[in-house]
Amino acid sequence: MAETTIPMVKALSVTKRFGTLAALDDVSLDIAQGEVVCIVGPSGSGKSTLLRCINQLERIDSGAIWVDGDLAGFRQDGSRLVELTDRDIARQRLASGMVFQRFNLFAHMTALQNIVEGPVTVLKRPRRDAIAEAEALLSRVGLAEKRDAYPSELSGGQQQRVAIARALAMQPRLMLFDEPTSALDPELVGEVLAVMRDLARSGMTMIVVTHELGFAREVASRVVFMDQGRLVEQGPPAQVLGAPQQQRTRDFIAAVLS
Amino acid sequence: MTQPARQAPAFDPAILNLPRVGRLHLGRWLSAALVLLALALVIKAFAEGDIAWKVVGQFFTAPAILGGLVNTVIMTICAMALGITLGVVFAIMAMSPNGVMRGCAAFYIWFFRGTPLILQLLIWFNLALVFPTIGIPGLFSARTIDVIGPFMATLLGLGINQGAYTAEVVRSGILSVDHGQTEAAKTIGMTRLTTLRRIVLPQAMRVIIPPVGNEVVSMVKLTSIASVIQFSEILRNAQTIYYANARVIELLIVAAGWYLIVVSILSLGQIALERHFAKGRAGAGGRHG
Ligand SMILES: Nc1ncnc2c1ncn2[C@@H]1O[C@H](COP(=O)(O)OP(=O)(O)OP(=O)(O)O)[C@@H](O)[C@H]1O
Ligand SMILES: [Mg+2]
Repeated sequence: MAETTIPMVKALSVTKRFGTLAALDDVSLDIAQGEVVCIVGPSGSGKSTLLRCINQLERIDSGAIWVDGDLAGFRQDGSRLVELTDRDIARQRLASGMVFQRFNLFAHMTALQNIVEGPVTVLKRPRRDAIAEAEALLSRVGLAEKRDAYPSELSGGQQQRVAIARALAMQPRLMLFDEPTSALDPELVGEVLAVMRDLARSGMTMIVVTHELGFAREVASRVVFMDQGRLVEQGPPAQVLGAPQQQRTRDFIAAVLS
Repeated sequence: MTQPARQAPAFDPAILNLPRVGRLHLGRWLSAALVLLALALVIKAFAEGDIAWKVVGQFFTAPAILGGLVNTVIMTICAMALGITLGVVFAIMAMSPNGVMRGCAAFYIWFFRGTPLILQLLIWFNLALVFPTIGIPGLFSARTIDVIGPFMATLLGLGINQGAYTAEVVRSGILSVDHGQTEAAKTIGMTRLTTLRRIVLPQAMRVIIPPVGNEVVSMVKLTSIASVIQFSEILRNAQTIYYANARVIELLIVAAGWYLIVVSILSLGQIALERHFAKGRAGAGGRHG
């Protein structure tokens, strides 16, 4: 069997504007399969916007993004690019799973129902199989006994672990994390990072926006530093976090560590 | 200025054994007494007034009254079903990214909220004057008079008018759901309509049900204005009877009794529905972060 060399994510000169502000300014980035990329940078630097463009929660203004080889949002028809329908975009989103800072669990569903919802409604899996897999996922994130709890009955850390399980239930090829621990009390951060560490070890391709530099140093295969909508610097964690080349990176790391 | 030193209380553990006595709710007793007095006066007035209670009892289950009651209930159910369906559809259209859809919804809401209900009923009832036949050219056609009788005209009038109001209720319900829920649904591959059906509307229900319940109750009573286009609901049938036997108040009491019974049953249903859609909201109430 031929080994595939298609990058999991390829962003080419991506620009995204909100009004006159360029939230992403000519960003190009390649992420290989199995890589764990941590994105760091000051507030407003475009980290969330980059993730949201990758799974098409935002439409980019120019440039192109491929996820697992599929051009996001368009279909090539001869010499033209034709915009995809709502349904096709929904199908493309299945390639990636996303975990939000504020968890966003479905408030009217129990932990188990949250996880089962996608496989049953979107993937049309038999409910019985979906439940069995959801229970396995809940065990994997250490919450087997919380299967019937509603989000309002769970701690932040527990909600976030259910949210990770919900994303994994769709069997994505790529996981996007947008500051998954920033809304958590300090003592709950560890349990979520532990789940993510396991996931990274299992070979999942991950893009993680985080301020947890310790996690980045330990787990990331690459760290990307962003500022004002641009990629400023990237490389192995030891290099970007330990011996940054750019002044802006140095300032940022000093600010986070202080 | 120095305060005089406070005397420390004794902290005597013996108080743990003292019996506890509830306090006297004087206000409650007083108001209860006043209400009972007022009630007694009202009952006395009705008992001594010129009301033939036997007639009330006799007509309470008269076939014409029960028939009218059935029509009232059926009309309420049908008109609300139509109203809620249209309300949901037009609320979704009003929030669509498609400008034509938004325009249609805005026109519908503007037109049917902007004209009196009784006028709309009369228009539906008299549609035959403008369009003697209706149908789809080539497929079928029918005489309007045969299709739009009192029942159909009332249903269309009440239901379509209700839809315009319900659309606004549903729209505010949808807006009440956190946008993060929609985004999370998108990330697991749901389309816009699936997201609405599975994620947004069930949560919007919590906000939608109380006003819609209110509107169902209004609708029960609103059906009575259809008597102007000869729909034989309970009030119209009561009137028909008292035109003949002159027992006006007795028959109005009969009708009032039935309205209250129907509305009470509906209110119980509303409570059950509200409980159902409060799922996940009860208890500790959203511990975030
Ligand atoms: N929906 C929006 N409308 C207008 N401006 C936006 C919107 N979303 C983001 N922005 C702007 O785009 C820029 C990048 O935002 P983004 O959320 O990507 O930053 P971030 O790096 O994730 O910051 P943080 O660390 O605070 O989450 C910011 O200046 C922000 O104000
Ligand atoms: Mg952000």
